[in-house]
Amino acid sequence: MVAIKQISIFMENKPGRLVRAAKTLSDANVNMRALTIAEAGDFGVVRMVVDDTEKGYRVLRDAGFTVSETDVLAVEIKDTPGGLYEIAKTLGENNVNMDYAYAFVTAKAKQAMLILRVDDLKRATQVLTAAGVRMATREEIQRI
Amino acid sequence: MPVEDLHKLQEDRLKSLVRFVYAHSAFYRQRFKEAGVAPDDIKGLSDVTKLPFTTKLDLRDTYPTGMFCLPKNWVVRYHISSGTTGKSTVVGYTQGDIEMWSESLARALTSVGLGRGDVMQVGYGYGLFTGGLGLHYGSERIGATVLPLGAGNTKRHIELMQDLGSTAIACTPSYFLYINEVAQEMGVSIRDDTKLKTGVFGAEPWSDETRKRIEDSTGIKAYDVYGTSEMSGPLCTECHRQDGIHIWADLFLIEVIDPKTGEQVEDGERGELVVTTLDKWAFPLVRYRMRDITILNSEPCECGRTHPRIMRILGRTDDMIVVRGINVFPSQVESVLMTIPEVGEHYQIIVDRKGPLDVMTVKVEVTEATFSDKIADLMSLSKRVSGELKDVLNLTAGVELVEPGTVPRSMGKAQHVIDKRKV
Repeated sequence: MVAIKQISIFMENKPGRLVRAAKTLSDANVNMRALTIAEAGDFGVVRMVVDDTEKGYRVLRDAGFTVSETDVLAVEIKDTPGGLYEIAKTLGENNVNMDYAYAFVTAKAKQAMLILRVDDLKRATQVLTAAGVRMATREEIQRI
Repeated sequence: MPVEDLHKLQEDRLKSLVRFVYAHSAFYRQRFKEAGVAPDDIKGLSDVTKLPFTTKLDLRDTYPTGMFCLPKNWVVRYHISSGTTGKSTVVGYTQGDIEMWSESLARALTSVGLGRGDVMQVGYGYGLFTGGLGLHYGSERIGATVLPLGAGNTKRHIELMQDLGSTAIACTPSYFLYINEVAQEMGVSIRDDTKLKTGVFGAEPWSDETRKRIEDSTGIKAYDVYGTSEMSGPLCTECHRQDGIHIWADLFLIEVIDPKTGEQVEDGERGELVVTTLDKWAFPLVRYRMRDITILNSEPCECGRTHPRIMRILGRTDDMIVVRGINVFPSQVESVLMTIPEVGEHYQIIVDRKGPLDVMTVKVEVTEATFSDKIADLMSLSKRVSGELKDVLNLTAGVELVEPGTVPRSMGKAQHVIDKRKV
């Protein structure tokens, strides 16, 4: 399985909340690969991919945050126009729904990386692989 | 005791009480005269309605000891009410009054199955508040071992619960929930790592749903205890049937009235509790309005006891908040929240005024066990809470999802309502 773990944190939409989470991770020497914040009025959800998920999850939990781990895909996309189009098309044609996605670019990998949460992880993996799309493994994410 | 005999006893004691307060207290003499009633007019139990009510306001007006009926050298102890709803009030006890108090609680604790060999951990505050010393004396009277920890020092509570094998605990329900939370953080399971089997919880309104949550999460049996400082302190509990609090009829005469008209309501109808003490002398009460909302049940209980029962306190006439003209009791909000497993047991109601309109917001904590990282799920949770509140309250309330641990915890009485309206 190529799915990787993403950490999600429930957070009230108030000054200083994100700082505390960031500090907790930094103190534990956990490095963020990608991060996105989805907000809905009074609260939001911070989602992130880190190098050491177990440790990140543990330190956040111990610090009193409401955290969960979610299986997501880290899909490599060509850093050229049309990169996302290909992936979205493949999933759409195969009836896989994207719940949310966020992208990041790494210097080392020389490619853009799309973090993707889908409703059917197994099917998404199959159809993307069949379409020749590469997905990063946990180890690769750690190494970046 | 058969109901008829109990009523005869109550009648005799009521007559004695009325003569006693009339003879000993200028306050009561004056009140009786204003109401046009003399001790001889009280010939039977039903004549109690001829007597005037007394209220918390009278207690404040006669501060500190104007309603006492015996000279101060008879008084062996004072307690001071916590002043939940205003200025504190003073209550006093003769040696006999203390005995009555302990006896009342001893009967109650026996009715939930406690006795010699049990270890009772008292988590109510000691001192001026009646909770700690009340449970302390009541537990000693039944031969139980008392661990007088008081409120606070929560980790110590958990350590000693394990080390000394506490089988029972008495505290506010919100404090027990907090103890359970801290125990979990310490890696201690109350169900598996302690001998705790009985909880005696009160001093603040709580719901059957909270009881279920406490019992399900810790494996103990949770019993409601009732009694206010004016009555002595905590006095009466549910029996093992958990179906209403037995109020000892030889010690107290209770009525439930419509708070607006002062008329007695039928059994089964919601109203304000009114108490007359039948064996309490330094500071007796005649038709004292408790301001607690409950339901009277005079039917004999399946446990065999004939003493009347009151249903758990549904709220206070004065902690009721009026939002957009609708009466809201925090206990109603609590019972809704307790049926929704995705939210924690701690909550806070905030009432504010935006322009001409009252706005009620309920803060609830998102529990980790059910936290979904999808915004849509969280939005629908908040909608669901709001919808269920609307069903019960007939009022639209905003719901604010907050992080665990951010609703203030309390070691005594939880403050569930913040009213920011300026009237």
